[in-house]
Amino acid sequence: MAPAIMLAADAPKLSSANTGFMLICSALVMLMTPGLAFFYGGMVRVKSTLNMLMMSFISLGIVTILWVLYGFSMAFGTDHGSIVGWTSDFVGFGGIGKEDLWPGYTIPVFVFAVFQLMFAIITPALISGALADRVKFSAWSLFLILWVTVVYFPVAHWVWGTGGWAFDLGVIDFAGGTAVHINAGAAALGVILVIGKRVGFKRDPMRPHSLPLVMLGAGLLWFGWFGFNAGSWLGNDDGVGPLMFVNTQIATAAAMLAWLVYEKIRHGAFTTLGAASGAVAGLVAITPSGGAVSPLGAIAVGVIAGVLCAMAVGLKYKFGFDDSLDVVGVHMVGGIAGSLLIGFFASGKGQSDVEGLFYGGGLDQFWKQCAGVFAVLGYSLVASAVLAFLLDKTIGMRVPEDEEVSGIDQAQHAETAYDFSGTGGGLVGSAAPALAAESKKVDA
Amino acid sequence: MKLITAVVKPHRLDEIKEALQAFGVHGLTVTEASGYGRQRGHTEVYRGAEYTVDLVPKIRIEVLAEDDDAEQLIDVIVKAARTGKIGDGKVWSLPVETAVRVRTGERGPDAL
Repeated sequence: MAPAIMLAADAPKLSSANTGFMLICSALVMLMTPGLAFFYGGMVRVKSTLNMLMMSFISLGIVTILWVLYGFSMAFGTDHGSIVGWTSDFVGFGGIGKEDLWPGYTIPVFVFAVFQLMFAIITPALISGALADRVKFSAWSLFLILWVTVVYFPVAHWVWGTGGWAFDLGVIDFAGGTAVHINAGAAALGVILVIGKRVGFKRDPMRPHSLPLVMLGAGLLWFGWFGFNAGSWLGNDDGVGPLMFVNTQIATAAAMLAWLVYEKIRHGAFTTLGAASGAVAGLVAITPSGGAVSPLGAIAVGVIAGVLCAMAVGLKYKFGFDDSLDVVGVHMVGGIAGSLLIGFFASGKGQSDVEGLFYGGGLDQFWKQCAGVFAVLGYSLVASAVLAFLLDKTIGMRVPEDEEVSGIDQAQHAETAYDFSGTGGGLVGSAAPALAAESKKVDA
Repeated sequence: MKLITAVVKPHRLDEIKEALQAFGVHGLTVTEASGYGRQRGHTEVYRGAEYTVDLVPKIRIEVLAEDDDAEQLIDVIVKAARTGKIGDGKVWSLPVETAVRVRTGERGPDAL
């Protein structure tokens, strides 16, 4: 690889290795959205499983089309006023040649565009977890269109686009702590403040209907996240991708353990939901920071994020906002933790030579991180609340109460997730085969 | 005739069936049930939120018996179902007016 890197420093030429790596990473990030669908789908009650799955899957459809039409141009086109991008060649991917390279990199524009597309798909899907059981599917679809246009595309430009204000300021966000997780978490908070709680919130038990699905989803997220994080390296010549890959594994492991220990002490049991949630909290926190911290720093980031998020998921009961599946508690809080911890743990040996407070760099980077975090948080919160308010006043965001109570799957999708009638009543444990054998004997 | 109904812990089903077969019972009906008695429910924790689950899974066994056998049959079931821990369940019997074997039309004790 050394010669390729030297050439890249000069005038980048196509690298087959980097292109292959980035195509695989794009597919890995794509898999995160179905993973998220199962992670969320297992956490809701039986009657709204399909709606939860579909809120993620529809993003794969809608955002892909918008990205091709104008999203890529808005996020990664030529900068206009540090706020938004626009390059007419990117509209409809019309002016992109198959051999054009992304400026300064060794991968084709198409590869860069499809990799970034997968981020644009999963970010709004993350919001859906806060809206379980109660949002009309048509309203959610429209919200998706408006939200990526007004919030995600510009914010991605701020953070990652050449000329975006946060990018120029030197805010470090390697793979999307601010642009993806704080953005989605703050949006979730904005929307639920407008649309309100589920019927029966805090009164009825709302247990996850399938923890195995939650674990499966968490596993898929963890796997796909290697593409999300390490792929954000983009194969450039600073070689930080492998560090990011390693840190992703380390912080996730640390956060899972931290969450489990916290809840064992606090609530008396090691739960599967805690393991899955802790892992996701770690993945979220290492997303912005994994290119900047050392492997030991990644352990610290994971432990801090795991404990903070485990504490944060209880806040909704205190404050009375129905963040149904803890999008705020895990993604916003985890994203903030990961972004701000860069100010303390940046080692100066990763993606840049910036050093955090614990490495002798003072608080400069911390204040920059604060600027990025709170600008994105504030903008996303307000803009999302306004969009939800407008939709609520026009077409209405919520399904009627009787549909919500009897089940949104049947009302909105004309389906139910599970057929409980055709299984012969399914007896507990070993009883069923024993009884079947019995009835055969009687017949004979 | 008597209808004997037992609501017991699911994992005792196999023992009860074997005991009844040894006694000479030719058929029974089993359904899944849920309920609570003195055992009450249990507590589950999801992301720190505690839920009380009132109803615990039980198995409901129904057996028809001749009057003379009923008391003995109840003893057989109770013995097989007992673990000695809270939540072992209940067994009771009711008088039955008539019973018919659908295939042959036999009535009364002949139908058992």
